Amino acid sequence: MSNAIEVQELTRKFGSFTAVNAITFTVGSGEVFGFLGANGAGKTTAIRMLTGLLAPTSGEAQVAGFDVFTQAEEVKRKIGYMSQRFSLYGDLTVRENIALYGGIYGLDDGEIRERSEAMLGHLGLRDSGDDLVASLPLGWKQKLAFSVALVHQPAVVFLDEPTGGVDPVTRRQFWEMIYAAAADGTTVFVTTHYMDEAEYCDRVSIMVDGRIGAMGTPAELKAEFKVGTLDELFVRLARPAGNATVAGGGG
Amino acid sequence: MMRPGAMRAFMVKEIRHILRDRQTLTILLLLPLAMVVLFGYALRSDVKDVRIAFVDPMPDDATGAIRNRFAGSARFQVVDVVPTVAAVEPLFRRGAADVALVFEPDLAGRLSRGSPAQLLLIGDVSDPNTGTTIQAYASAILADYQRDLSTARSGMRIEMRTRMRYNPTLESVNLFVPGLIALVLTLVSALMTAISLSKEKERGTLEVLLVSPLRPWQIILGKVLPYLLLAFVNVVTALLAAWAVFQVPFRGSLALLLVASMLYSMVSLALGVLVAAITTSQRAAMIGAMAGTMLPNELLSGMIFPIASLPDWLQWVTIVIPARWYIVISRGIMLKGAGIEHLWSEMLVLVAMLAGFLLLAVRSFSSRLD
Amino acid sequence: MRTLRFLIHKEFLQIFRDRMLLGMLFIMPLAQLLLLANAATFEVRSARMYVVDQDGSPASRGVVDRLTASGRFINSASSASIALANEAMLGGATDVILVVPRHFERDLVRDQHAPVQFIVNAEDGGAAGVMQSYASRILAGYAAELSIKELPGNMMITGAPDVPVAGRATIDVRRRGWYNPDLDYADYMVPGILVIVVTVVGTLLTAMNIVREKEAGTLDQLNVTPIKRSTFIAAKLIPLWSLALLDFALGLLLAYFVLGVPIRGSLLVVFLGGAIYLVGALGIGLWISSISETQQQAMFVSFSILMTYLLMSGLFTPLRAMPEWAQWLAEANPLAHFTNLMRAVLLKGAGLRDLMHQFVMLTVIGLVVLTLAVRQYSKRTE
Repeated sequence: MSNAIEVQELTRKFGSFTAVNAITFTVGSGEVFGFLGANGAGKTTAIRMLTGLLAPTSGEAQVAGFDVFTQAEEVKRKIGYMSQRFSLYGDLTVRENIALYGGIYGLDDGEIRERSEAMLGHLGLRDSGDDLVASLPLGWKQKLAFSVALVHQPAVVFLDEPTGGVDPVTRRQFWEMIYAAAADGTTVFVTTHYMDEAEYCDRVSIMVDGRIGAMGTPAELKAEFKVGTLDELFVRLARPAGNATVAGGGG
Repeated sequence: MMRPGAMRAFMVKEIRHILRDRQTLTILLLLPLAMVVLFGYALRSDVKDVRIAFVDPMPDDATGAIRNRFAGSARFQVVDVVPTVAAVEPLFRRGAADVALVFEPDLAGRLSRGSPAQLLLIGDVSDPNTGTTIQAYASAILADYQRDLSTARSGMRIEMRTRMRYNPTLESVNLFVPGLIALVLTLVSALMTAISLSKEKERGTLEVLLVSPLRPWQIILGKVLPYLLLAFVNVVTALLAAWAVFQVPFRGSLALLLVASMLYSMVSLALGVLVAAITTSQRAAMIGAMAGTMLPNELLSGMIFPIASLPDWLQWVTIVIPARWYIVISRGIMLKGAGIEHLWSEMLVLVAMLAGFLLLAVRSFSSRLD
Repeated sequence: MRTLRFLIHKEFLQIFRDRMLLGMLFIMPLAQLLLLANAATFEVRSARMYVVDQDGSPASRGVVDRLTASGRFINSASSASIALANEAMLGGATDVILVVPRHFERDLVRDQHAPVQFIVNAEDGGAAGVMQSYASRILAGYAAELSIKELPGNMMITGAPDVPVAGRATIDVRRRGWYNPDLDYADYMVPGILVIVVTVVGTLLTAMNIVREKEAGTLDQLNVTPIKRSTFIAAKLIPLWSLALLDFALGLLLAYFVLGVPIRGSLLVVFLGGAIYLVGALGIGLWISSISETQQQAMFVSFSILMTYLLMSGLFTPLRAMPEWAQWLAEANPLAHFTNLMRAVLLKGAGLRDLMHQFVMLTVIGLVVLTLAVRQYSKRTE
């Protein structure tokens, strides 16, 4: 099992609108895979199918060696997910949120305590452990959400625009956390708008109108399309599609 | 400073919100109608199919004759004949019988000897209303029997010629329909506005509106008008149902009824705005509006239980229930054919409530701006 | 099981951090119980009577006196004009009109019978019937009294005296009311009102619960974890169920100590019934919450269901007065069964064996509703 994610011809339609159109790709174990695309290109739809939140119209996908559609519950033990919308409980404290998810994933009390303290120390939140999550600044919320997604040491973690709206310093710290997770052997599947972030990825794919328009390491892509930066490539791929007019579906 | 353009844009937005959510719109249009029809059929306070049990330790001709009278009556249904009073208790506890008639032994013998006989009528009066009504029905049958039994003339009679005015057939539906209309108008008007406003509050979109050049009262008006339109459609369909399905009489002026209904809708809308203004989250607003008003509206409005039956202090409490006034007005118009000359004071109360709620709501929203 | 414990802990934390919610859960139902305990009554207190006495005789005054002396009627106004009386009734100033026609006394003496007219405002059919029966009983008593007595004034009545004649049998019918001999409406209504106030708040809170997490996005986070659907529903149900049961117990204390409602049967039966009932009632809330996409929708569905529940439960109008199809519908209404059960246990001292039907139906409804809620809740959007 060398691939963490294998996707074949994955398709999702909403009525007559095809959000994800027969995409095929693989992500290797321990890779940091950047899943790029303009707003409405189908990134979130794809990620929701891979995490088992959304049923596909057709196609196949395996995550961590299990079929996403027939073995959804097995997959769920192996993955972490951080959604685009902040989705920890604002009316629970930092510690309570960590303990809740630790408990859900079956950690014992000792593990929960140990990991909570390690996580709080890491995030520099030791003094805020008993504060309500709603009272934290956005950047800290995002870092906390990422850490909680890793609390059960999943094989694959899905991050949906994790750095949206946070300041450059926090973004840098965030990417350090991503590298640390990858170094521990976790496969990271991350969507982003920021092309400078895409450069940090081992490999990237760029979605355009529900299809994969380009895929490879950042260096390969720049060579193949003869552009200086991924930014240029992104603009070139996205523009003719006229994505700006596609309504609905954030991301 | 009035800005008609901004105002119109805002209202168009509100109407779009309502129209976009087809499901909710369908519910909003059909639910009131369905409720009036369903409850109009189902709600009855009249008593029928009384289940009677007999305690007949020594059946004879006389007990047989009395039992036959009950069996022959359309209103009674004989469920059991038991030998002892003790056997009645389980029947009552299971709710299998409503009333029991206890014969004494040798009834026929006593009657033929001319010696006084006794019957005992035991009613399950845990529900006082139904219980006493049932006892009265049973007594009437026994009185008939007794009259037929005695041959002597019974002296002077004062004939009471009763006329049941306004509702001669004593139909429950005539009584309940105006109340039901009040109830569904509350749903559409008060709850919908409360939710819609507090949703904007929660999402922060209200702040966007509050920093716009629109004044608080304009925002409220824009919120309220589309729902008023909806309420009007509901009033018309509910009244149509009352007339076509239940033949509820419309003795008074339809125009006046419509005016009063709209006035009541406005009061409900204003109440919804007020609830949204003083509560902090959507959920709180909804639960507060619903749990807080549903039961008082049904119990203290006179819809089912007559206000005159309430203890005095509760009668005072009913003054603050808008539905109470609307029900007096709508029953007055529909059943009695009363005109504005009889109903102006109730209308005035509604107008005062409207003004009061609006004032409080606007104040509460304005203070958020400062 | 361990997962369940964590999820339940989380629900409790969230409930106890929301002051407003706690107030709604505990203060609102109990306050409503106290306020409304005496509101649900059909008792007809004294009716206002407009007297149009066209005879002006001792006999006609006797009629008015007997009616008012009973306390059931108050002579609120008098005049000689029926038109004025009609106007008063239209304006809501009077409930009944008594018209004693000319020559009432003369006819009564000469013909042994004479009419009076009794016009009742019958908007409220029930109350009208009661007023009529009071009046007719009072008038019959007066007539009987006149038959054997001297008329007021100096006239002798020549009618046959109402004494037992040989060969004429008399039957003395005694009436006795069981379970509520004082005809106290509160005793009958409070158990039902208690049930409904707890139900309304419990159903609403559960109905808002899942859909709120849907709207907030926190549900997705739970859905990517390996939580079982039944665990999830149980975690949502148990906290509110136990709080609602506590609410119910507090209400019962109030009913017993403050409102004086008797508890003749076993409290064990009451709480067993309550525990089963609340599973069904709150389960419906959860089911609503999982079919809804927004809190607004959840609230509509809850409102319709609660209203239907409430009005078709036999709480306010007797179940058996409803048409047959509506009585069949009521079999699926947990509120109807539990209201029945409460009244039977508290007022009549009914036990488990008397209430088999209610217990069976409540259990069936609870199981069906829970199954529906678990099935309806899907971790994956189709």
